[in-house]
Amino acid sequence: MTERMISYREAINEALRLEMARDETVILMGEDVTGAPHSDEPNHLDAWGGVLGVTKGLVQEFGRDRIRDTPITESGFMGAGVGAAATGLRPVVELMFIGFMGVCLDQVVNQAAKMRYMFGGKAKIPLTVRTMIGAGFRAAAQHSDSIYSTFVHFPGLKVVAPATPADAKGLLAAAIRDDDPVIFCENKILYDTKGPVPEGEYVIPLGKADIKREGTDVTIVAISNMVNVALKAAEQMARNGDAISAEVVDLRSLSPLDEETVLASIKKTGRLVVVDEDNPRCSVATDIAALAATQAIEYLSGPVRLVTAPHTPVPFSPALEDFYVPTPARVVNAVRETMI
Amino acid sequence: MDISHDKLLWMYKTMRSIRAFEDQLHTDFAAGKIPGFVHLYAGEEAVATGVCANLTDSDFITSTHRGHGHCIAKGVDINEMMAEIHGKATGSCKGKGGSMHIADVNKGMLGANGIVGGGPPLACGAGLTAKLKGTDQVTVCFFGDGASNQGTTMEGLNLAGVWKLPVVFVCENNGYAETTSPQYSVSGQDIAARARGFGMPSAAVDGLDVFAIYEAIREAVSRARRGDGPTFIEAQTYRYYGHFEGDTIKYRDKDEEEQYRSRDCLQRFRGVVLEQELLTQAELDAIDAEVKKTIAEAVAFADSSPMPDTKDILADVYVSFPEKEMWPFQAVPA
Repeated sequence: MTERMISYREAINEALRLEMARDETVILMGEDVTGAPHSDEPNHLDAWGGVLGVTKGLVQEFGRDRIRDTPITESGFMGAGVGAAATGLRPVVELMFIGFMGVCLDQVVNQAAKMRYMFGGKAKIPLTVRTMIGAGFRAAAQHSDSIYSTFVHFPGLKVVAPATPADAKGLLAAAIRDDDPVIFCENKILYDTKGPVPEGEYVIPLGKADIKREGTDVTIVAISNMVNVALKAAEQMARNGDAISAEVVDLRSLSPLDEETVLASIKKTGRLVVVDEDNPRCSVATDIAALAATQAIEYLSGPVRLVTAPHTPVPFSPALEDFYVPTPARVVNAVRETMI
Repeated sequence: MDISHDKLLWMYKTMRSIRAFEDQLHTDFAAGKIPGFVHLYAGEEAVATGVCANLTDSDFITSTHRGHGHCIAKGVDINEMMAEIHGKATGSCKGKGGSMHIADVNKGMLGANGIVGGGPPLACGAGLTAKLKGTDQVTVCFFGDGASNQGTTMEGLNLAGVWKLPVVFVCENNGYAETTSPQYSVSGQDIAARARGFGMPSAAVDGLDVFAIYEAIREAVSRARRGDGPTFIEAQTYRYYGHFEGDTIKYRDKDEEEQYRSRDCLQRFRGVVLEQELLTQAELDAIDAEVKKTIAEAVAFADSSPMPDTKDILADVYVSFPEKEMWPFQAVPA
């Protein structure tokens, strides 16, 4: 297996292509996933491939039956994804932005998440919802949320948020193959980032965190693009005179949560900082803090610190939005506070 | 009449079974035997029966909070249904769903639904599966006059039209959404007319007449099987009991109830088949006796079934939580 550098966007596209080739019950539907459904003119095919071009090229390979443009009808197509999953397909539904969950929440939390349990295990819902998270596009409050914590809260859902192209490819394959509904959070700020990605079939099991940087003095648990922020902070601290050795744990899966890897790291370093772009109340960040408090408090040699967005919607103005998103400097400061 | 002898017997048995099942629950609920919310289908039997008489085991239905009749007509096991409604381990959903979420996907019954308007998008998904797999399966989406005002119903109608899905929408207009009449809640008053705006054939049918429902749905189902897309039928019907068991029914008067009961679907069926000499009195009476026995056996089955084991609370869902915090639930099956 050779590795080559491709983008996060290309990695997602590749995972979709491979899974669709492997299993003919896999279909993709969403708004503008091809972009010109009204026209059979070949030159008009694939005009868009989704608003940010992630699904470009798939319709030529798999056709309009399996790559389906939907009307702007989030409850309609989310529910259709659930119904199709319950009856024998393995649908990937693209919900453009995670904020749009507000439109179709019932189909996700009352139908998809609860069906297997409510029906006594007789149904399975192999549905993957691909949706964009992340601030930084000046897209303001309704198109910039990172509200994955909300979905971690619901029993029956699994939630994934990859930070690198390789993780995006491997986790999307696992999400599609999983028999439970998975919310797959793509950070739009990462689409153009490149990294080594294995060619061919590549599956990363759900529920496995990844230590992106080993260290001994402090554990920094991070999610999605905050992994990059944490890594920058870790490099700065290593170079600084205080020479702090930070371990960066990329959760990758938020549900299932890899408690084992997180706790092992905390027990090793004795200090914990969580970096999370979601709003802080009832969040993955506070959940990780609770995990440390209930399972490893005797190993902690300082207070747990959380570096999160403020508990506000994402603001529009560049001056405010840049202030909203956690930065390496805030992470470094938080690490110092664990050492008081 | 172009309905086989066997099908006529099936229709009567199905309607009689639904009526007897619901009457039994009405009694048992009043006696305190049934936990939770129960919404009974008595009075509306002709709709589920006339619809499902056109379906096979491999067709799908989505249902509503008033779903027992749909289950019985789609062939869900009556013993397991009764056990489910009693919260027993032997129930259709192992006691995890209850009356409001009763389902049997293996029978194509995709679930009663506690969310009014939850079903139409799901029905589109089942229709999409059939379309993409190239089967001739049809999905029937049952919903009520209340759900006709939900956005999800409009979205389902639009999506089914855009994708030409093999879905038949059956609006059971029983005169009341909980306590509210469609005369108040449905702007324009004509539910069937709404569907025409989505470009599909639509008609209002007498929902107390099983033959009228059967004929209307037969055409709709063959249209769907041919690949010609969705149809909408408004079945005008009436429920005999309240919105839920325990409802004191202060919102409608006795005259109205009597008027509908005088058009009872079972009596009407008996009248027609006897007058036209399609079935005999003896055949009908034999079904009545058989159904009585079936329901008594279902009650005995439910009564004698065990409650679910508390260790099963964690089964059939992914659970992620630190073990120390979950200690009362640790005895988890793999």
